[in-house]
Amino acid sequence: MSSAEPDGQRAWHEIIRDVLKENNVRLATYVPDNVLSPLIRGLHADPFFTTFCCAREEEAVGVATGAWLGGTLGVVLMQTSGFATLPNVLASLAVPYQIPLLMIISERGTLGEFNLGQAMVCRTMRPALESMGIENHTLRRLDEVAFVVDRTVSQAVSTQAPAAIILNALLTGGKVEKKREV
Amino acid sequence: MPESNERKVMSRADLTKRLVSKLRNEEAVVGGIGWTNFELWGAGQRPQNFYMLGSMGLAFPIALGVAIAQPKRRVIGLEGDGSLLMQVGALGTIASRNQRNLVMIVWDNGAYQITGGQPAATATVVDVVGLARASGLEKSFWAKDEAHFEQLVDRALSEEGPFFIAVKIDSAKPAATTHRDPVQIRERFMRGLGVREAI
Repeated sequence: MSSAEPDGQRAWHEIIRDVLKENNVRLATYVPDNVLSPLIRGLHADPFFTTFCCAREEEAVGVATGAWLGGTLGVVLMQTSGFATLPNVLASLAVPYQIPLLMIISERGTLGEFNLGQAMVCRTMRPALESMGIENHTLRRLDEVAFVVDRTVSQAVSTQAPAAIILNALLTGGKVEKKREV
Repeated sequence: MPESNERKVMSRADLTKRLVSKLRNEEAVVGGIGWTNFELWGAGQRPQNFYMLGSMGLAFPIALGVAIAQPKRRVIGLEGDGSLLMQVGALGTIASRNQRNLVMIVWDNGAYQITGGQPAATATVVDVVGLARASGLEKSFWAKDEAHFEQLVDRALSEEGPFFIAVKIDSAKPAATTHRDPVQIRERFMRGLGVREAI
């Protein structure tokens, strides 16, 4: 069965890993994130992928861009606040040079956010993507993960354009504050 | 004995030409922004040259990506000191990966030249080779003079890296300006690397 078909058996991060593999995405660069950690672990555990941590998201984008120029497709993993550091590199590298830069962003700042700074940063994300004309999809349902990731990767490559997949808390559970007794 | 902070200032134009003249195996070169880039353009265009037009500081990360994708090809990142200061963390990433086919060259004039020559911290307190060594890049060297630069480049093109070579350079304005056509630059580079064929 292709991963593009609905599958209730696997977790979201297993589906993403498998669909990336099916699409020959061989490089994964990231800046760590709690919600993404099972995906990051899964990528590290699979020798199909070259997976490593970078000091900044811009750096991770630079590495993925260079890899594409050399013939290897990559993905960059980050959280919302990391995406907020990227508009310059997207506008001056990925978009004008027509790079199929794949970004997977775990969405913080909404649906139970406890840090005001994260909530503010989150509000900048979609306007930034839209202003640069970057294709983006928000994943909320497990049964849509395989289809959306598969089609996003193939469109990015075919149209030579960056694309973002945003992982909403409805899919991942997000990160929540420990309940305090009142 | 600590090395002297007094270093010979060399010509960026001269050293860029010396570097390019040594490239005989279709080595990839990623040119960071500013006068580093213009000088590379002026030294003669090769299909294996990639010219950045923004994304300051990413010459080494981009070069790292190329080096990962094409491990049999030697890949050279050319970067200015101001750009390096923006992405110092990338040195640690490169050292962690121990990317053997990667060569980093820093033209250090201690200034943000293209924006008006404002001094950078490299003009006074920051030693970029010290940064590289502290980041785990053992093969990191200051070029003492032109002949030493050539020796270091010869080593970097033949021995296992990663190599980090820094040079104190002048602030002379390059004779040429990069032609700013990103799609053409990218497509030609991918063809130069054998990733694409002309249609």
